[in-house]
This record gives sequence, C-alpha cells and structure tokens, in this order.
Amino acid sequence: MTAVLSVRDLRKSFGGIVAVDGVSFEVNEGEILGIIGPNGSGKSTLFNCILGQLRPSAGEVHLDGRSVTGLRPCDLNRLGVSRTFQLLQIFPQLSARENLILAGQEHRGSMLSRLMGPSDAGLSPSADRMLAFFRLEHVADEPAGSLSYGQQKLLDAAMAFMAGPRLALLDEPAGGVNLTMLASLRERLKAMNLEQGSTFVVIEHNMEFVMALCNRILVLAEGRIIAAGGPAEIRRDPKVIEAYLGH
Amino acid sequence: MRPARRPLMGIALALVFAFLLAAPFGFKPYGIFILSMWAVMTIAAIGLNLTLGYAGQVSLAQAAFVGIGAYITAYLTTRGWPFWSTYLLAGVSCFAIGWLLGYPALRVQHHYLAFVTLAFNTLIYLIFRNEEWLTGGIYGISNVPRPDVAGWSMNGPRQFYYFCLAHLALVSLATWWLIRSPWGRAFVALRENPVRALSLGVDTRRYTLMAFALGAGLGGISGALYAPLVQFVDPTPFALGLSLNLLLMVVVGGSGYFFGPFLGAMVAVLLPEWLRFTEGFYLMGYALLVMALMVLCPAGLLGLLDRWTKPAGKSAEISATRSEAAVQGEGAR
Repeated sequence: MTAVLSVRDLRKSFGGIVAVDGVSFEVNEGEILGIIGPNGSGKSTLFNCILGQLRPSAGEVHLDGRSVTGLRPCDLNRLGVSRTFQLLQIFPQLSARENLILAGQEHRGSMLSRLMGPSDAGLSPSADRMLAFFRLEHVADEPAGSLSYGQQKLLDAAMAFMAGPRLALLDEPAGGVNLTMLASLRERLKAMNLEQGSTFVVIEHNMEFVMALCNRILVLAEGRIIAAGGPAEIRRDPKVIEAYLGH
Repeated sequence: MRPARRPLMGIALALVFAFLLAAPFGFKPYGIFILSMWAVMTIAAIGLNLTLGYAGQVSLAQAAFVGIGAYITAYLTTRGWPFWSTYLLAGVSCFAIGWLLGYPALRVQHHYLAFVTLAFNTLIYLIFRNEEWLTGGIYGISNVPRPDVAGWSMNGPRQFYYFCLAHLALVSLATWWLIRSPWGRAFVALRENPVRALSLGVDTRRYTLMAFALGAGLGGISGALYAPLVQFVDPTPFALGLSLNLLLMVVVGGSGYFFGPFLGAMVAVLLPEWLRFTEGFYLMGYALLVMALMVLCPAGLLGLLDRWTKPAGKSAEISATRSEAAVQGEGAR
C-alpha cells in the first residue's frame, strides 16, 4: 500500500515539557487511522505539528513522499490536507452552502481569477452534492450559526472533504454530538471512505465511535506511541488497558 | 439577501438614487458642498468598511490615506498635471502604502493594531504639517483646480456634486462585486475565524494585506476628490479626528454591512448640519445623539434593522456563535 502521510520521529516540546516524543507512523491510501490516548497524551499537539499550526522541535512529515514539515496550514491545505478542530469551527454568519463554497474556493484558479470569476467560484453544484451527502440539503441556505450542534458538526466534517483532499485529519469529530447524530456522522464518514476512497486520521475519545470507524488504531500516552493495531487487538492490549482503558 | 426582501430593497434604492439626483436642485451651494462631502467621505468609509467591517482589521489610519490622496492631487494638479493621472497616482500610492501598513497586522491585532495605525496617522499628519517644502506646511496648498470631463467643466457646485456622485456609484459597484466574489467570503472568514480560514487554504497573510491595501486605495481616491472639492488642502482635516470620524461612520452605519458607510456618513457629515438650528448646542446635541445611537444599536443602524427583520432566536444564535468564533480565532496567523 502507498503511504499518503509519513511521520518520522516527530518531537515537540514546550520548554521542559515534551508533548510529542519521537512519534513515527504512516497512513496508507484509503485507510481510516484512529489515534487515541488519555487527555494530555499529545494527540492534538501531534495534529498541530503535522498540519503546520505548530512547528515541530524535530522530525519530518512527508506527504506522498514529499517533505511538508513546517509548511503553513494554507499551503498544506492546497496540497490536499484538510482538517477539523477539537472545538467546532464553522463560519456562523455564512450559510451552510457558503461555508462549503469557502472550503473549496481557494483550490480554484488564482486569486485574480477568483475575483473576476463567478461569486460561487463555480462550486455551488459540488457544495449541494456535499450537503446532500451529509444530509444537510434542507438547511443549505440557513446561516450556519443557526443550525443545531450536531448539524454544525456534520457541516464541519463536510467542509474538510469539500476540496476532495488526499488526506483529512479529524480532531474529535464526535465530541458533544448526541447519539442519533453520532450514528449518522459515523455512517457518513464510513461512506465517504468507501465511496470516495477518502483517507483520514481521526483523534477521538469516544471508544465505541473509533472502534467502529477505524481500520487501524494508534495509542498515544505521554507523547509516545504505546500500541498500534486493529480495533480488536487494541481492546486486548494490556498496555492500552493500563494507560487508557484502565477501568 | 432573502428573495422576499429584494423588491423592497430595489424600490428603496431607486428612491434614494432619485433623491440624490434631484437633491442639488433643492439646495444652495453650501448644501450641495455638504452633499458632495458626504459622497467623498462615504468612499473613504467604504474603504474602511472593507478593512474593518469585512476583514476585521482595526485601522485608525484612514484619514492619513485621505490626506495622502488629497496632497498628491493638490500638489500635482497645481503644477499642471492632468487630474486623472493624479487621481490614479493617489489611488495606487495609497494602495501600496496600505499594503505595507498591513504587515504589522500580521503580528498584532485589536487594540495593538489600532495603536500601530494611530501612530502611522500621526506620522503622516506631522509630515503634512512640518515638511513645508513639499506640503506647504500649515499654509497648505490653495487654488486646487477642478477637472474637466470630456470638455465639460466641473467647476460649478452642482457639476462637481454629480462628479463625486458618479465616483461613489462606481466605487459602490466595484465594492459590491468584490464582496460578493470569493474574496468577500475570504475576508469574512478572516474576520470570523482566521485559524479555520487558514486551514481551508485561505492565505490569511495575503488577504490581510489586500484588505489594508484596498481600504487605503479607496481612502486615496476619496482624498483625490476631496482636494478639488474644497480646492484647498492643509494638514488639520487629516489629523486623528478624521480617522475617528470615519470609524464612527462605519460603526454607526453598521460594520460589515454594504450600506453601512452610506448611512454612517449621513450621520457624521449631514447630521451636524441638520442640528445647526440648535445654534451653539449643535455639536453637543450631535454627541448626545451618537451616544444614544451606540447604546441603542451597538451593531449600527443596519444591525438594528437586521435585528427587527430576522427571527429573534436565529439572530441571537448567530451573534453568540460569532463571538465564540472570534474568541477561538484570536492569535491566528
């Protein structure tokens, strides 16, 4: 299998605190990789280092074999890496459709051609398809800020896939979502993987969600990978039970 | 805009436009001068609304750009340059200076950025006042000529009013195009949540610089019209007071609303004149009215209108989420 993302010996420290300590892993094409770990294990810092939000203290990040270490998030996004955040991040004043158009427009032409071209950058049909895929077509013209929390989470996830990324990194997509919406979100993400062949990495605290969604799971504790494998393997791993599932 | 509101909006716009076309026939030259000043200041306020209202970048330097545009036009037209070349030069120079002024915005935000731009305004004001060899110092530059358009003289107050109005119409159309384009959406994203915008491929650096440059360019165009309108430029009108007044226009009209600067400039330019019947109390009355306006409608006059016309719950939810996003977005870039 081809590695879309390759992380080699990544480290990040804040003063004397080592948040990520020599993490290495690969994400293969078409895979859904889960990253789990107790609070403070370095999951979000790892994401932020991969995505250019933080500059790693050491190590390398490669996308399709090309080094992308320390690239700005907007440049990484244009290379095909998208993300969602732990805290919901949508544009409440824009409609749901406009949020999706925004998520795709910077991939269309040059800055000048976007100014001179159509208002929607020709993205309305794709935005409508994405809204339909995430079952949000009935709220397409509503301001995103007026949607329910679950709908906003779906919209947030839809935005990550709008530009047809090579790789999407989802930071706690299930956080704060009710059970009904959670099933819908998991089912849509799974469908996105199967139908569109999307590759993604998911950080999640909801064990049931991550076990049902991911093909492979990495367990992080104190900034290091302590276990890796399929969901069933991870459930049985004594180190994981001790560090994370120890209840 | 919701489809149901479109016909109403169209009728209102047509009425306003008809009023603006007919207005000079009902006013004496001073009244026409004030209306022309409203058009000129609206252009500067539209520029500031792009920078502040749409892109969320605080600027207290707009008066400096109006001043630079006015001085370029006054200096060159009094030395025989054709108006149109000085007009273009004013816009382009301010665009370039605005781009450079945008760099501090990549590092500092909010009140820190306000102080950076305030210092820039003060610096430019001091240049206008002290560099007498260039600007004429406190004596300024007088006898600024008014242009001819296709052989038609714009010397009369009515002709020059229509000249300013035509510019306002063109600037409005260009701005309308811009804010409806993907750039407008990127500006809003930059204002509401720069971290998320960056993660979606929006080059927040370039859009921040562009927001400053475009706002400054419109300030320069406003100044290029100000000089032939007043036919005299001196440093006093371009001090910090005008920057604050332009900020007031944007905020009172409704920051981030297309028609906000038009209404705001009415309040800031026309209202003091309408209150002149109170004689010595007119500025006090004006100050009290502005304070009352800000207390009653902090989102500006158009924000108030929006609150009345949108379902209450929806409007509140949007503003709550918007504030939350703004807090999360702090420290981006």
